[in-house]
Amino acid sequence: MPDGAQPVLDVRDLKTVFRTRSGEVHAVNSVSFDLRPGELLGVVGESGSGKSVTMMSLIGLVPMPPAEMRGGEVLFGGQDLLRAGPAAMRAIRGKRIGFVFQDPMTSLNPVFTVGYQLCEPLRRHMGLSKAAARKRAAELLDLVGIPDAARRLSDYPHQFSGGMRQRVMIAMALACDPEVLIADEPTTALDVTIQAQILELVKDLRQKLGMAIIWITHDLGVIAGIADRVLVMYGGQIVEHAPVRELFANPQHPYTRALLKTVPSVRGDRAPRLRVIEGQPPILTAAPDACPFRFRCGHRFDRCDAENPPRFPTGPAHDAACFWDPATDAPRNA
Amino acid sequence: MSDARAAKLVQVRDLKMHFPIHAGVLRTRVGEVKAVDGVSFDIYEGETLGLVGESGCGKSTCGRAVLRLYDLTSGSVRIDGTEIGDAGPQRLRRMRRVMQMVFQDPQASLNPRMTVAGIIGEPLVEHMKMSRKDRQERIYQLMDAVGLNRAFANRYPHEFSGGQRQRIGIARALALNPKFIICDEPIAALDVSIQAQVVNLLEDLQEEFGLTYLFISHDLSMVRHIADRVAVMYLGKIAELAPRDAIYAEPLHPYTQALLSAVPEPDPVLHDTQQRTVLKGDVPSPAKPPEGCNFCTRCPRVMDVCHRIDPEYREVAPGRYVACHLYNDAQTAEQTAAAMPA
Repeated sequence: MPDGAQPVLDVRDLKTVFRTRSGEVHAVNSVSFDLRPGELLGVVGESGSGKSVTMMSLIGLVPMPPAEMRGGEVLFGGQDLLRAGPAAMRAIRGKRIGFVFQDPMTSLNPVFTVGYQLCEPLRRHMGLSKAAARKRAAELLDLVGIPDAARRLSDYPHQFSGGMRQRVMIAMALACDPEVLIADEPTTALDVTIQAQILELVKDLRQKLGMAIIWITHDLGVIAGIADRVLVMYGGQIVEHAPVRELFANPQHPYTRALLKTVPSVRGDRAPRLRVIEGQPPILTAAPDACPFRFRCGHRFDRCDAENPPRFPTGPAHDAACFWDPATDAPRNA
Repeated sequence: MSDARAAKLVQVRDLKMHFPIHAGVLRTRVGEVKAVDGVSFDIYEGETLGLVGESGCGKSTCGRAVLRLYDLTSGSVRIDGTEIGDAGPQRLRRMRRVMQMVFQDPQASLNPRMTVAGIIGEPLVEHMKMSRKDRQERIYQLMDAVGLNRAFANRYPHEFSGGQRQRIGIARALALNPKFIICDEPIAALDVSIQAQVVNLLEDLQEEFGLTYLFISHDLSMVRHIADRVAVMYLGKIAELAPRDAIYAEPLHPYTQALLSAVPEPDPVLHDTQQRTVLKGDVPSPAKPPEGCNFCTRCPRVMDVCHRIDPEYREVAPGRYVACHLYNDAQTAEQTAAAMPA
């Protein structure tokens, strides 16, 4: 991971609020991170932690209203995406930033052939002729490991299996050689043996194409296998950020620590009883002026109720948003 | 751990569940999906049998067939000494008290227009003669047992989170004091931190009420945690069945080996050192399974014989069953070869 290089994407203080009938939901609260060239940034969190909304916000795909961006900036190639107009965003989405969504069945249009859908971005963004687009589409399907690619262009999505459909989605995201690829739970709907195939494919493509990837998942096993750096999200905030090995070896935030302990494994020792994080994830209707994890945390003290902890640096390239310091088992004196 | 000398509560023999495929204007029968194709296993009293496999392998159909939610194509299911494979509605209805089910999606399996008390109490209304007061008391007991606040008895399912809804589903399954509960992917729809809560609850209830579980899941690490013995299904058949520690430490069937090696480990250091078997291709359609062994199209250790002969599902070591030609001893292989026309 090249440290100090100019980031491809720089997100600062992103805030997304949904206005609902029962009040405002603070779905993304002051999220800041950067994405460096060629790296794979993993984002972990449970449902409702804000990981998908964060990524949707920065490429302008959250519906507004009900969503509302309350400030922040997203710098991409010297441009602030939050202030870019719809036309500018259309030129970026799918061309310079590609994405892969969770469910490959609902994100492909069932009434068009795979070839048609794959050619669309090529013709629109790259200005290729029909024949050239079709040739490139076949190359892309071949790249993602779909056998007999040229013939399968005329097939409809339902003629592909789940794993193959996800490969088509990846091919589509890669169509215009994006600088950034955002993958939102791309293997969650797949079986483990198919997931293993897709993970191998992504590792392989990274070496070939060298783009920067943001990989959203709730599966710590997947993160451990492919990420360079990891953001842990909880209650709409980044609660911890570290290089992958450091995160698993030396987790700092009580949520990360608890999460790593609740996940059982197929190897190694088998715990007689699973460790549990008591309670429920927070409902984000309250103003974010206290720690979102405090009700489930074993280290809660009065400061956690009074302030929302900022991200304290805890080591080189490692920070955690928590007032408690696991090294001393005492409150931080910052 | 399962006690091998405990009584067999559930005995399934050569269970088949085929669904017809109709096509054409006349809707003629053109074939069948062999969702479950000859499955045999026992479940001992008080144990948990884990049933794992990928989507479409027939594990849920198998679970539903064991409870006779379908009319079986063929085969025998004995639960608590009663044969229900061919039982009529009357006998089945009597057996429903003994066997219950917890479904995957608590959102879809709870009636949104019934209160929690109504949902948990419905089996009591159907199957027991109880006064209103006794029933109310029983509902409260059940809510206590699964960790739901009694004050929520008159609320509706949408007012609860996923984990709490699953608790409602579990309370309903417990209402009639069953001996045997099938849990069909009970945690698949829940978040990681909530999964552990529900699994621990299921374990506590098993201990308290002496329950026997068939735990259907695609999550191999959770099954390792909760099951005493594990059966691995592939394309409608059991590939391997063995005690939990044995199957995870030393899987015999090439499919089990590949499946376990595909589970991503939450440890970045292990990822760099671990040898993985990545299977090629997809699962074939259960409407036209391959000839011979049903795993022969993806098996990394496939042999000639696998394309011709379906391997027998047999006990290769005490308590370890596997259906694979690699574990057929030389004599059997010769006999089968001799029996085949060259």
